[in-house]
Amino acid sequence: MTTRKIQSACAVLLLVAAIYSCDSLIPEAPAESDLLDGPTEGLSTSEQSRFLKGDIAFNDEVFTPESGLGPVFVANSCGSCHAGDGKGHPFTTLTRFGQTQPNTAPDISIGGPQLQNRAIPGFEPETMPSGVPSMDFTPPAVTGLGFLEALTDQQILDNADPNDDDSDGISGVPNYINPPSYFIPKPSHQPVGGQYIGRFGKKAAAVDLLHQTVGAYNQDMGVTSTFNPIDPHTGLSTDPEVSDQTIRDVVFYLHTLKAPIQRDADDSEVIRGKEVFMSINCSSCHVPSFTTPQSDIDALSNKTIFPYSDLLLHDMGSGLDDGATEGSAETFEWRTPPLWGLGLAPESQGGEFFLMHDGRAKSIQEAIELHGGEAQQSRDDFVALSDADKQALLKFLRSL
Amino acid sequence: MKKLIITLFIGLLSQQLIAQVDQSLLKDDRSDSLENAMNMDALSNRVYATSSSPVSIGGYLEADYKYIGEDGLTDGHSFRIPRVTLFITSSISSRIKFMSEFEFEEGGEEIAIEFAAMDVNFHPLLNLRGGVVVNPIGAFNQNHDGPKWEFVDRPIAMTQMLPATWSNVGFGLYGKMYQKDWAFGYEAYLTNGFDNSIVTNTKNRTFLPASKDNKERFEESSNGEPLFTGKIAVRNQNIGELGLSYMCGIYNTHEDDGLILDKPRRLDVFAVDFNTELPLSDTYIVGEWAWVFVDVPNTFTQQYGEKQSGGFLDIVQPVIDKPMFGFDDAVFNVALRLESVDWNVGTFNETGGNIGDEIWAVVPGISFRPTYQTVFRLNYRYQEQTDILGNPPAKTSGIEIGFATYF
Repeated sequence: MTTRKIQSACAVLLLVAAIYSCDSLIPEAPAESDLLDGPTEGLSTSEQSRFLKGDIAFNDEVFTPESGLGPVFVANSCGSCHAGDGKGHPFTTLTRFGQTQPNTAPDISIGGPQLQNRAIPGFEPETMPSGVPSMDFTPPAVTGLGFLEALTDQQILDNADPNDDDSDGISGVPNYINPPSYFIPKPSHQPVGGQYIGRFGKKAAAVDLLHQTVGAYNQDMGVTSTFNPIDPHTGLSTDPEVSDQTIRDVVFYLHTLKAPIQRDADDSEVIRGKEVFMSINCSSCHVPSFTTPQSDIDALSNKTIFPYSDLLLHDMGSGLDDGATEGSAETFEWRTPPLWGLGLAPESQGGEFFLMHDGRAKSIQEAIELHGGEAQQSRDDFVALSDADKQALLKFLRSL
Repeated sequence: MKKLIITLFIGLLSQQLIAQVDQSLLKDDRSDSLENAMNMDALSNRVYATSSSPVSIGGYLEADYKYIGEDGLTDGHSFRIPRVTLFITSSISSRIKFMSEFEFEEGGEEIAIEFAAMDVNFHPLLNLRGGVVVNPIGAFNQNHDGPKWEFVDRPIAMTQMLPATWSNVGFGLYGKMYQKDWAFGYEAYLTNGFDNSIVTNTKNRTFLPASKDNKERFEESSNGEPLFTGKIAVRNQNIGELGLSYMCGIYNTHEDDGLILDKPRRLDVFAVDFNTELPLSDTYIVGEWAWVFVDVPNTFTQQYGEKQSGGFLDIVQPVIDKPMFGFDDAVFNVALRLESVDWNVGTFNETGGNIGDEIWAVVPGISFRPTYQTVFRLNYRYQEQTDILGNPPAKTSGIEIGFATYF
């Protein structure tokens, strides 16, 4: 064999080896439980296609002045606020204002209900009117929301105790809101006086994911749609800047994002931590589980989920009373935030915790210690725990 | 600025008058030996298939195969022809030359005039170039031909931060001088420039290449303000070449139809580049680093950063330099590229924490050059990219195999 043939054979072998070793060169995928994004298990192929379209619209579509951004806005894409579908960073904190009493309309004459604190070049952003109470909201995680929407109103009302009939110090009331005109009730909805139970948002002011999504396009990005054609800058109607189809795709994506998966559930300290969680009555508001009813999406039907929330409003004390509100909520009332995915918050918040409604808590412990009102007793019980029990509880919460 | 333009015109006019009086006095001493060639000569020292006639035609082709994955997900096997480029050069007279480069990217989806200029040589230190000129920012922007590089991908910092290949309509001067082992060169151009899209684009970051999508920049300036690009470079035959370049101008459309739309906003870019060949080992080292400063409205989102920096370092070591596979001048190299970009240097207003939006990559590879004009390349790429919040990085790796050849 000539040298040339040997050289050629070596070159071919090198190429073949390189191509056949391709898969071993790809970085390993993170464990499914370490990720918040991804579809719910069991979607059909057509549902996965719809999920993918929504995924692209949610995570990849960036609005520019040419495509409808602003002129005043808070963020220029869904993904800017919800990186990896997880909790957001103070960089995209929202400020809501204009309503200081329950069951009153937000005062749009002063710029409410939301501050658009950024503007495209050449425009001036909105500024907060002086002396007006406001609430800051860090963006929540968006995973598992389809399961929460699938729950019936009755399942939510089952945990309500407005008069504290069981005398445990925990009440829990729904936020009844006036739904938008495009809201289509389902048989499982139980309106009261034409108002419906809100279940999404820090004050539970959005009745469903379409309401939440349309509001985010409009108030967060200044992008109008046929659902809400009013430009937040001028207060006048304008041509739709995002299609109905895109909004429907995003809503479907949010419907079918998987629920966060608990990690280390079998760890003895995590198990002990859950026992502590139950014993100091955190679970009265952070209700561990629900079972979804039959849904129009099979993958969401009849599933036991672990959101650790009752989706109800609770008095959280004066320390968390910002003086502003939404819907029928009092200014000191907040919806119990789901705790699922809590341990993964730093993975989407730039390596740190920014907890509570406005990100003021830099750790889970600090967040617990900021609880007041109906949660005061549980908070005090937490402070009184032994170090071992405290650490077990915190480890359990980080496992969610 | 007006003074500069007037000076350029006067210089041009006076030299043209001289040329019309006695063209025989003009001697073509433009061409350099390869030893004297600098980065700035990359566009004029190209390989041409036909060079004996007044019109020379050449070009290059790049093709590659990739298998790249990110965090366990891959789109599988992918074959591409990232670009086919055609050069056409014509000697109009001994001292007037037309040069051009037409690029067909992504299978012809995009056809671009990257370079189409007339060069008039008055003196080695005074040459006029006008037309579609390649702005001399950094070295890669001008010296970007695929067959010259041992890596399948172009440097990220030079193509995703700086906008290589960045060319515009305009004109300017360049020249070179020699002193023993030393060569000195300069370039200075005024061209059309950038536009609003560098801070309002779907990349969600300050992105200079966004302006390349605006084909109208070949017809008119976006704001009536010229972009200045200048470079000085010095080369020692025994040491290597060092270049310093600067590009600046107003990028935004701040006035239209007599109406004030915004204040004029500046763009400033600094770059340093170098290359050398170590005498004992023949190791070739080339690198470039650039800094971008953009006046972004402070009422806009911090997604679009005011400062950027990034660059690359290539180390190429010939390991076999002898006839192989029947090619007499074949060379087999091992190579390594290190590259990094920070698209948003700064801290968040809200938290004071560091803004992410960074990438770094390590790209080891091997290359085989059967001739000087053709290169086969096999690279392994590993890179980590963080989002603007600095969340855990997306890890990307895989292999890239390709070839590039002049024709």
